[in-house]
Amino acid sequence: MTTLQICALAVVCVSGTAIALTPSPLRQTLLMAIFGFALTALFFAFQAPDVALSELVVAGVAMPMIILAALRRLADQTPKGDPPGVQDKHSGSERQGER
Amino acid sequence: MSARARTILFVVAGAGLLAVLLVGLGALPPFGHFRGALGHAVMARELGARHATDYVTALNFDLRAFDTIGEEAILFAAVTGVVMLMRHMREEDQSQRRRRAEDHRFQGASEALRVQALLMVVLIVAFGIYLDLHGSLTPGGGFQAGVVLSAGPAVVMLAGRYLTLRRVAPDWVIEAFESGGAAGFVLIGIGGLIFGDAFLQNFLPYGTPDQLLSAGTMPLVSIAVGLEVTGGLLLIFSEFLDQSLLSTTEGQ
Repeated sequence: MTTLQICALAVVCVSGTAIALTPSPLRQTLLMAIFGFALTALFFAFQAPDVALSELVVAGVAMPMIILAALRRLADQTPKGDPPGVQDKHSGSERQGER
Repeated sequence: MSARARTILFVVAGAGLLAVLLVGLGALPPFGHFRGALGHAVMARELGARHATDYVTALNFDLRAFDTIGEEAILFAAVTGVVMLMRHMREEDQSQRRRRAEDHRFQGASEALRVQALLMVVLIVAFGIYLDLHGSLTPGGGFQAGVVLSAGPAVVMLAGRYLTLRRVAPDWVIEAFESGGAAGFVLIGIGGLIFGDAFLQNFLPYGTPDQLLSAGTMPLVSIAVGLEVTGGLLLIFSEFLDQSLLSTTEGQ
């Protein structure tokens, strides 16, 4: 096993654990995209460029796009205050991007 | 269940999973030493004869195209389900909300971001088309190309108004992409039935390896899949955003 492969495996381990330990779904979505990029590097290091490309587009475009749209939809269903999907206990800075 | 009980349950289950995984990992063949007989036979006899340089695409779009058509049907059904649910919930009177959506802009969209998005759209679309057409030559193919292409209009949305996205990619265009892609794949399959011996048989001449027009029907299948994936993703995306931007709750 090469150094590149070990590094990619380590990054996948760390970022995967980070997703599980993150409370806010919005942050989890972004972390999941980063996890996807780590997986892309992993697949590439293990000589599977086709899978790496699939993972790249799914993690970088398709999944965040759909999950963010769904979170946005959930946010609209909550009449006032921060909806569960967008809430953040630590800073509350999540909603600055939109509206 | 209390937090303590959950922790104990997790530790026990996690230890069991780890043990099973370690036992399994010990029995894996070393990296790069595939042991399956069928895989080697297919690699040696079938794939090279198809004149495709990317064997993964050759498997997906030719040798096992029937699998791929099933996957496409799953995507098609999922997108149709989303559209049916979302449109059912959409309310009738949209003119006022549409005006409100007209005002919707991504707040952080500075001029710099817009210029960059303009460049990005060109690059993304060009890269998507490249991936789609070169599916049988280099890593890539219809699915990846479709997702990349669907990111183009999404960037438009990021940099400008939502309704600009609707003008760039109106419903009828993305619906035509979605259904045209699905129908195209099936038609290519029927072409195999007419001009060859079996459904989805590669009936076109294989051509010179490494050329754009080679590997028979694979580029056509790649284009069909690319259209369908582009349309499907954009349809899901715009249905969700229609819901939240055009039919926003009144109180805001």
